[in-house]
Amino acid sequence: MTQTNVQTRSRSFFRKYTTGDIIFNVINYGMLALITFACVFPFLNSLANAFSSNHAIQTGAVTIFPVDWQWDAMKTVLGDEQVIRSLLVTVFITVVGTLLNLLFTVITAYPLSRRDLKGRTFFMNYMIITMLFGGGLIPFFLLVKALGLLDSIWSLIIPGLISSFNVIIMKTFLQNIPDELREAAVVDGCGNIRYLIRILLPLSGASLATIGLFYAVGHWNSYFNAVLFINDPDYYPLQVKLRNILLLAQMDTSLETLQQQNDLQIIAESLKAATVVFATLPILIVYPFLQKYFVKGAMLGSIKG
Amino acid sequence: MDKAEVHVKLGPFRKEIKKNYDLYLLLVPGFLFFLIFSYIPMGGLIIAFKDYNIFKGIFASDWVGLDHFKEMLDIPAFWQMIRNTLTLNVLSLVIGFPAPIILALMLNEVRAKYFKKISQSLLYLPHFMSWIVLGGIVYNLLSPENGVVNEIMRQIGLPEIYFMVDKVWWIVAYTFSGVWAAAGWGTIIYLAAMTAIDPHLYEAAVIDGAGRFRKIWNITLPGIMSTIVVLLILNIGHMVSIGIEQPLALTNPVVTDVSEVISTYIYSVGIKQGEFGLTTAVGMVQSVINLILVLGANYTAKRLGNEGIW
Repeated sequence: MTQTNVQTRSRSFFRKYTTGDIIFNVINYGMLALITFACVFPFLNSLANAFSSNHAIQTGAVTIFPVDWQWDAMKTVLGDEQVIRSLLVTVFITVVGTLLNLLFTVITAYPLSRRDLKGRTFFMNYMIITMLFGGGLIPFFLLVKALGLLDSIWSLIIPGLISSFNVIIMKTFLQNIPDELREAAVVDGCGNIRYLIRILLPLSGASLATIGLFYAVGHWNSYFNAVLFINDPDYYPLQVKLRNILLLAQMDTSLETLQQQNDLQIIAESLKAATVVFATLPILIVYPFLQKYFVKGAMLGSIKG
Repeated sequence: MDKAEVHVKLGPFRKEIKKNYDLYLLLVPGFLFFLIFSYIPMGGLIIAFKDYNIFKGIFASDWVGLDHFKEMLDIPAFWQMIRNTLTLNVLSLVIGFPAPIILALMLNEVRAKYFKKISQSLLYLPHFMSWIVLGGIVYNLLSPENGVVNEIMRQIGLPEIYFMVDKVWWIVAYTFSGVWAAAGWGTIIYLAAMTAIDPHLYEAAVIDGAGRFRKIWNITLPGIMSTIVVLLILNIGHMVSIGIEQPLALTNPVVTDVSEVISTYIYSVGIKQGEFGLTTAVGMVQSVINLILVLGANYTAKRLGNEGIW
């Protein structure tokens, strides 16, 4: 973060800590540590549950470490053909969807980043209006239906092909690349498209990674569109499958109030946790690598251009 | 692309097209995309004024005027979901809005680089999870039988609470799970605003004998005030719109009295029960109020001397 600048400067200034500072620091660090822990604890708990026996979970012995270590739940999840199928669906929409998202976002953002393009304001307004007002769910649903996309994987990719928000992030980034670069390229006989491919794109790695991550996380987590558009269980993405497994949990809770809980419901605590972990793991794996990009991207997104 | 241009001065426009024809070609897919997936659904709003018949299609269906809107005002569920939408949104705003500000102020006081980095990374994490995962985790944590929260309460001798089936506790769980999911990510923008504060101000304050709290109160907070105002106004602008994923992930049959919001109503009555006309009318009311709120919010932001949202 750009924070470091301020930090180093002020650090040299505060070389001497007063008692007040020390108390402040202890409380501040302590509370932050606590809040951070509260943020991660639920994930650690699920992870621990996924590898604990149902009995241990039932007795409330599991917190952040697995009790009675066992792989059974994970094996059941991995052995479930439908889970694997829905994983493949999700991987497909994430990979293909994100690549198409990036392609169409860049080709929309690039002309809009050119201050010399006539009609640019018109197009920007045309796009921004869609962020402010929409037809709502029903007309959108009927449109996708009319296009014949129901029960097709493409219904999860095409209706979300371009996000105005990400176009604006990309456009702002491209605008910040000095125009002299293009002038020099034009003198050397470089056309618009070639300039985009050969010069701009290689310079845009960080912002492509950022908006790529935003799109990819969106696809990976996409749930509601799939519920709307997909009825065929063969094409359920992972989140829908996950939801179906977790729905059991909800039934449990409502039954418990009615005092109708019986042993049949106890089956699957670790199974539910294992499914959550299974659906989360890929994000956790790429997360540390992409972190440094998305902070920059989020800030870029907050500054409109 | 710019139609006014075509009629007024054909010459320069043609020249422009010729010079940058490739740029205009690049805009064609985007133009078509927004036309099809944003503008056509806006046109689809006429369903709100029609007795939509699947076999006749949108245009051939009979006009019914404002019947759907009248019907909407007459159903008790309408007022209930308006009340729920406002309750959940206002609570999320009151609790959820200050949370990232306080968190950012705390993070900004941290000098240990690694502590700060690790803490931030972990705070951002819930933002990247789907509400299905978060909902599953919330149910798991709060389960009366084997949830950790109730286990702790038993340990310290408190009675167990059926969080997700008690209407009041459900609202509490909804609000706080929203804070949990969003607060960390929300700090980014405030931390960015804090880096723009002139460090000399802090040095001057120290010379004047200011302690840590004084500096936060008199320098940091005023320094991010314009950001706070813009974000607050933006949030108020979104008061009637509520995403569907959080309510859908957390709801259950026992608490629908408090959990049914506009978006879930449109989904369950519109899509599932096929009441297209009525729910399009509901959606249209939502869109219009939203538009008014956002435009009003932007106007207010500009009046207050802030930059506005666009």
